[in-house]
Amino acid sequence: MNLFVFTNFFAQTGKDLKNLGDYAEAASTKWGLAEPGVYYEGGLFFAGLIKWLLSTTEVSSALPFAGTVNGLMTSLAADGSIFPELGGLLITIGVVFGFVNVFAIGAVWSERKVSAHMQCRLGPMEVGPHGLLQTVADGLKLLTKEDIIPRLADKPLFAIAPAVVFAGVLMRFVPLPFGDKLIASDLDLGLFFIAAVGAVEVLGVIMAGWASNNKWSLFATIRTATQMVSYEIPIGIAFVTVILCSGSFSLMEIVNQQGGSLLSADDGYTYQGWVWHWNLFRNPFMPILGIVYFIASLAECKRAPFDLPEAESELVSGFHTEYSGMRFALFFLAEYAAMYLVAAVAVVIFLGGWWSGIYPLDALGTGPDATIYTKTLGLLVKVGVFLSKAFALVFVQMWIRWTLPRIRLDQMMYVCWKVLLPISLLCFVGSCLWELVSGGASVFGFGIVVE
Amino acid sequence: MLLNMGPQHPSTHGVFRVVVRTDGELVLESESHIGYLHRCFEKCAEGNNYLQVVPYTDRMDYLCAMMNNWGYAAAVEDLAGIEVPERAEYIRVIVAELNRVASHLLAFGTYGLDIGAITPFLYAFRDRERILKIFEKLCGQRLNYSYVRVGGVTFDMTDEILADIEAFCDYFDPKILDEYDNLLSYNGIFISRTSNVGVIPAELAVSYGVTGPSLRGSGVQRDLRRDAPYGIYDRLEFDVPVGSGEMGQLGDCWDRYMVRMREMRQSIRLVRQAVKDIPEGPFCDKKAYRAVKPKAGEVYKRVEGARGEVGFYVVSDGTNIPYRVKARAPSFCNISILDKLTSLSNVMLADLVAIIGSLDIVLGEVDR
Repeated sequence: MNLFVFTNFFAQTGKDLKNLGDYAEAASTKWGLAEPGVYYEGGLFFAGLIKWLLSTTEVSSALPFAGTVNGLMTSLAADGSIFPELGGLLITIGVVFGFVNVFAIGAVWSERKVSAHMQCRLGPMEVGPHGLLQTVADGLKLLTKEDIIPRLADKPLFAIAPAVVFAGVLMRFVPLPFGDKLIASDLDLGLFFIAAVGAVEVLGVIMAGWASNNKWSLFATIRTATQMVSYEIPIGIAFVTVILCSGSFSLMEIVNQQGGSLLSADDGYTYQGWVWHWNLFRNPFMPILGIVYFIASLAECKRAPFDLPEAESELVSGFHTEYSGMRFALFFLAEYAAMYLVAAVAVVIFLGGWWSGIYPLDALGTGPDATIYTKTLGLLVKVGVFLSKAFALVFVQMWIRWTLPRIRLDQMMYVCWKVLLPISLLCFVGSCLWELVSGGASVFGFGIVVE
Repeated sequence: MLLNMGPQHPSTHGVFRVVVRTDGELVLESESHIGYLHRCFEKCAEGNNYLQVVPYTDRMDYLCAMMNNWGYAAAVEDLAGIEVPERAEYIRVIVAELNRVASHLLAFGTYGLDIGAITPFLYAFRDRERILKIFEKLCGQRLNYSYVRVGGVTFDMTDEILADIEAFCDYFDPKILDEYDNLLSYNGIFISRTSNVGVIPAELAVSYGVTGPSLRGSGVQRDLRRDAPYGIYDRLEFDVPVGSGEMGQLGDCWDRYMVRMREMRQSIRLVRQAVKDIPEGPFCDKKAYRAVKPKAGEVYKRVEGARGEVGFYVVSDGTNIPYRVKARAPSFCNISILDKLTSLSNVMLADLVAIIGSLDIVLGEVDR
């Protein structure tokens, strides 16, 4: 990738060559929602982004009403009050929703491609280059399909169940960062929120299975309830351990700790973003806990080998057997969004978030000699690092799905209660002791001073 | 809860219906219902002449049609006293064993699907496709061959096809060990799903008339190719793999599955020998090719199909139309044990799928 193109893009589009981060910072400081120079709420960040675009874009004077439009945009950008908090939040919701949709489309396509190449096939090849538009075409097909509600179904429940499932997943994106400073809302109880709101999704699945008035769907519902309730516990313990080590529920804070004190200039630029400063290597118990979390997260988003709720060969199609058209598509969307979500949470709590572990990348845009180019580039690099880590985990999820058979219900319970739970509890106790003895240092116990 | 599984269900392997009484996920008892694919084979046979019955036998067990053809042809040949040319006997062994491999590949693939592993299915179909290509070259058909017929086979096997078959053997032999066993057979989850599930004790299997790999999975050494040789099987060397209770109790689903995997290797061995020794000569009895009119009498002839003993009881009244044809379908006898198995032990819903898959039924044959 040509770095010059990136920097140039941001440099050339701006009239006054201001960094979009600066705008967001100014916006959040103005409304008194964040300390200057720390980090700011994502909604305001996006508001700042819009402001930045408004102030920098100019409609060509050849077009009609060019003067009016330009004047309007300039006045909008100049008037801060036009973007109250609500507006910022609405934009955030739009951005998160858009990301989830785009990710789902991409993930469905890549799932097909990954499975195809693992199975000596080509996968979709017809619609668009290498079938890239296949998912779009499928989405259009689902949109135009008849919305069938079985005659004996519980109609209100049946109708809202997909929305509940999807909302349950979407809500969990709120405290989830996409990169440095890119977060919808940095909740103080971020991890707790993610764990708690996960239950809404179970509720939606139960509603769908019950309302379908289909015995197979009911079976799937029972399985889902059993599975989700069981696997929430190892996940919860993994969360608790990380919270205990980091001393914070906030996902931003947890990531920042894994990057050391890079952000504050007072420490003389001690760089602590090396791979071994990630929580995964914080103490000898964390790698085990990371694996426990990953296995449990597979179960939580109903992926193979824990795809019992939608076991195709046993329960036909599980709880969404009776669904068609867009309602079915919502379940589908929710599943892929959940895949990304658990992967991103794993990246945040174990894999160092947006810290790449490569000093030049992480240090980009920090320090006294940082320019607007490097600052912007640094932001984008961090988003890229975060997304690549999350996508790598999503790929592993797909890889596992197309390799392993499905386990049985009793084995699923066995794995959770007799394997994962004791192991995670041991890791929890071990981590507690480690923190007590080492005083919060990582395995290596030191940061590497670069300058 | 009374749960109706099938006839439209992904893993009943066709239009098979089981009504199960469940307590949660536990299956308390089951009741099998068949007949959704009944096509009156036996009655149809009474209205057509001896040669015209052959295509009907294809449609019984459409996954190993060659053995069905062979069973019927052998019965009529016995009845009419037709000598089959030596070359035809060799060709029959080759196509039957290749067909057995194709059938077992499908059983392997769909069993993976039943257990929840999707990838092995496509691996199996990739290799099955090569066999079907050979058959297509040989007789123009991919599924219902009607290739083995009274008095010999329909077309001669050219040297080109023989070379294809040898190439396939070389290609396929290492696949079983390298890919299939690696991917599925010794996968921990697969073993835990199939071992100690659906255990059929040897006496029970015999008393229910279970035959083929399902019987051998229970450790019973019984293979018609060795115990009651027909064709040229007595000249060829092969082993009869039986279940050993390697991963759990003797006669569980894993044993039945593994017998099929090991049988594929033996089939390739048989094909190699037959291809090596195949003599020159005619490939069919030209007279029998046109019309068959056996004397009055009756005969029962059986061959070892991919799912067990395929038997044909043919009664002649001296005309060119059989008076009565009765087929013994192995799938029909094998599936009869299902209700007994669910009542014998605690079976979960997922196990029921695993048991049906391990019995490897073809509904075209169960209902005929």
